[in-house]
Amino acid sequence: MLSRAADSLYWLARYVERAENVARTVAVGYRMASMALSLGSNGNEWLSTLITTGCEAGFFAKYDEATQPAVIDYLVRDLENPSSILASIETARRNARAVRIALTSDMWDALNETWLGLREMDLDFSSSQNLLQFLDWVRARSQLFNGAYNGTMLRNDAFYFTRLGTFIERADNTARILDVKYHVLLPTHEGIGGALDYYQWQAILRSVSALRAYHWVYHDRLQPWLIGELLLLRPEMPRSLINCFDQITQYLDRLADGYGGRRGECHRLAGALHARLRYGRIQDIFQLGLHEFLSDFIDRSTALGDEISAYYLT
Amino acid sequence: MADTASLGGLAFDETGAPECCREPYALVRQWLDSMPHGMLDLKRREAELLFRRIGITFAVYSEQGDRERLIPFDIVPRILGAEEWKYLARGLTQRVLALNKFLHDVYHTREIVRAGAIPETLVLHNDSFRSEMQGFAPARDVYTHVAGIDIVRTGEREFYVLEDNCRTPSGVSYMLENREAMLRLFPELLGRHSVAPVASYPEELHDVLRSVAPPHCEGEPTVVLLTPGSFNSAYYEHSFLADEMGLELVEGIDLRVADNVVYMRTTEGLKRVDVIYRRLDDDYLDPLTFRPDSMLGTPGLFNAYRAGNVTLANAVGTGIADDKSIYPFVPAMIRFYLGEEPILKNVPTYRCGDRSELGYVLDHLAELVVKETHGSGGYGMLVGPHATVAERAAFADKLRARPDNYIAQPTLALSTCPTFVESGVAPRHVDLRPFVLLGEAVRIVPGGLTRVALREGSLVVNSSQGGGTKDTWVLER
Repeated sequence: MLSRAADSLYWLARYVERAENVARTVAVGYRMASMALSLGSNGNEWLSTLITTGCEAGFFAKYDEATQPAVIDYLVRDLENPSSILASIETARRNARAVRIALTSDMWDALNETWLGLREMDLDFSSSQNLLQFLDWVRARSQLFNGAYNGTMLRNDAFYFTRLGTFIERADNTARILDVKYHVLLPTHEGIGGALDYYQWQAILRSVSALRAYHWVYHDRLQPWLIGELLLLRPEMPRSLINCFDQITQYLDRLADGYGGRRGECHRLAGALHARLRYGRIQDIFQLGLHEFLSDFIDRSTALGDEISAYYLT
Repeated sequence: MADTASLGGLAFDETGAPECCREPYALVRQWLDSMPHGMLDLKRREAELLFRRIGITFAVYSEQGDRERLIPFDIVPRILGAEEWKYLARGLTQRVLALNKFLHDVYHTREIVRAGAIPETLVLHNDSFRSEMQGFAPARDVYTHVAGIDIVRTGEREFYVLEDNCRTPSGVSYMLENREAMLRLFPELLGRHSVAPVASYPEELHDVLRSVAPPHCEGEPTVVLLTPGSFNSAYYEHSFLADEMGLELVEGIDLRVADNVVYMRTTEGLKRVDVIYRRLDDDYLDPLTFRPDSMLGTPGLFNAYRAGNVTLANAVGTGIADDKSIYPFVPAMIRFYLGEEPILKNVPTYRCGDRSELGYVLDHLAELVVKETHGSGGYGMLVGPHATVAERAAFADKLRARPDNYIAQPTLALSTCPTFVESGVAPRHVDLRPFVLLGEAVRIVPGGLTRVALREGSLVVNSSQGGGTKDTWVLER
């Protein structure tokens, strides 16, 4: 298929996933911030939200302080922030329009109606009720899009590129969510195991829809290293890093097979990252340092995205 | 304010009102009469929702607000009987064949000029004459693979060609989607008429494109559709047609020329391209040959074209055939190349570049429509009877300053068709753009795009100026 068309599909999927992830992250930030006072936190919930979404630098170029209204505005509807929910949907739809004929009508409808819906909405979030409702809606629209594309696309290269977009973005997001908790929220030993820590972990699991899943898998109280294991190494957890890389390597392989077996740096890199997860043990990761592991992973995943672009999309 | 035609009488109402009901509209007349007012409005809104969902909007360049707009769709169909269509089709076939022969002649020995039927300067000094095309014959000698011939009707059997569009005529996607909308909105009404289907257009076009593959091509040619991109006002149509025909929709950046061969960039590497259905003006096709500042085309494309390694549809340089200063000579072309009398009439046209004709025009400005020779979309024109004294005076100055830039025609009372407007169902002026395909032979899908001027009394049907469209039904019996 046309390189540019594949590129549009890949980015379209990434931006829909991004909108959903930002919505999840903001919802969690909101929840933690409202508990912060009662739990005696040091008030950096909104900062952590900015870092998780990768919007820290852009935000501080515009604002001095990470206050709740400013961060919410920046992450939800500021078009100058390319990762805001509004900007992400706008970009996704623009990519969709550019590659319209590669989409099924269900995909187009899902996306176009989200965009049309956004245009008609009052995006004023001074009332918490509006905000949480809105974030639920964004999540639901993203899930609808995922359901539409998974349910109706022909299983060919167009589909594989779309899946790659979803999972590259999701992997990046999962890694960041975990890293931020460790590195920003409660990095010091004081307070670990305390009420605040516990609620923060709960909030994080909620953000990836894994709170109940955790209890099903571990039948235990929340323990950081088990949470780490769930989100990094457990294949049954759909948003785990290993599950994302299962998908990424699978689809890179199918692309290679469909194109006569040609493989490049992106295949090697993806395989290497996948192996780390597949054969990794959580105690080793914690020994090395979770933050070090995750930072490295995030950097290499970014490089992987670049390699995929260079190999197929240009 | 109703307008009167200089060419005779009041506007022809296609339903035959008030005297009688013309045959093709019999059932629809009954249907309209029995339809509750609220119902039509409901259906109109249903239609609008449908089009918005599909995303069949078009971009209006001059507006700041809503960058995407719908072209209003009128739910009352425009109906042509079988005989009248046959007549039109013969006229269209004749006209397109003559235009093609003219184009070949213009870029070779210009026999028609030697015979004195067209002044040489009108051809050679014409901005649309592309000297780059001199001596080159495209595949099968076809220049206008797709032509949109704009036709107006002033009487039962009186049809005039208002304009030929031989470059990148658009609107066919509306023809197709309008039929889809009617099928969804009024399936029973459609079912009670025997309407010729239009859905075969993409297939026919695809056949035409495949039939003009260059000589090197063995087996299935690779055909693509070249678009300026999603910011172009007709982008919806480009993607729609590419989708229907199963073609890759490419932009200039997706193509590369190496050794005078055109390739497209795919996820598997470079793939050779044989035929390009290009919806890009000549000027923007190739920065090495045409406008050097064009970011929309592909460097080297024209050289590949002249080397015979790729076919462009429509050919480069067809603008001279639809140039308004050449328009008055089309009947002469039909006689010269085909030896036949023209079936479809030309509107009498005054070329302001001619001193005596300019004099007549200036004296009769209040009765004439004056258009720019190189304008389009209904901009830059004067509708004499609808203009104020001041507007006419200002325009007269423009005419005197640059007479070569203008042609003038009497106002025609376009036929009217019942249209659902604010006050209910009322007559509005319409025109017709059939799409004529030329490959091994002429193929015309029955009907075409009917454009309707939505404002009462208005003769301007262009979508960019508030016109709408209707579904066009050609009855098979």
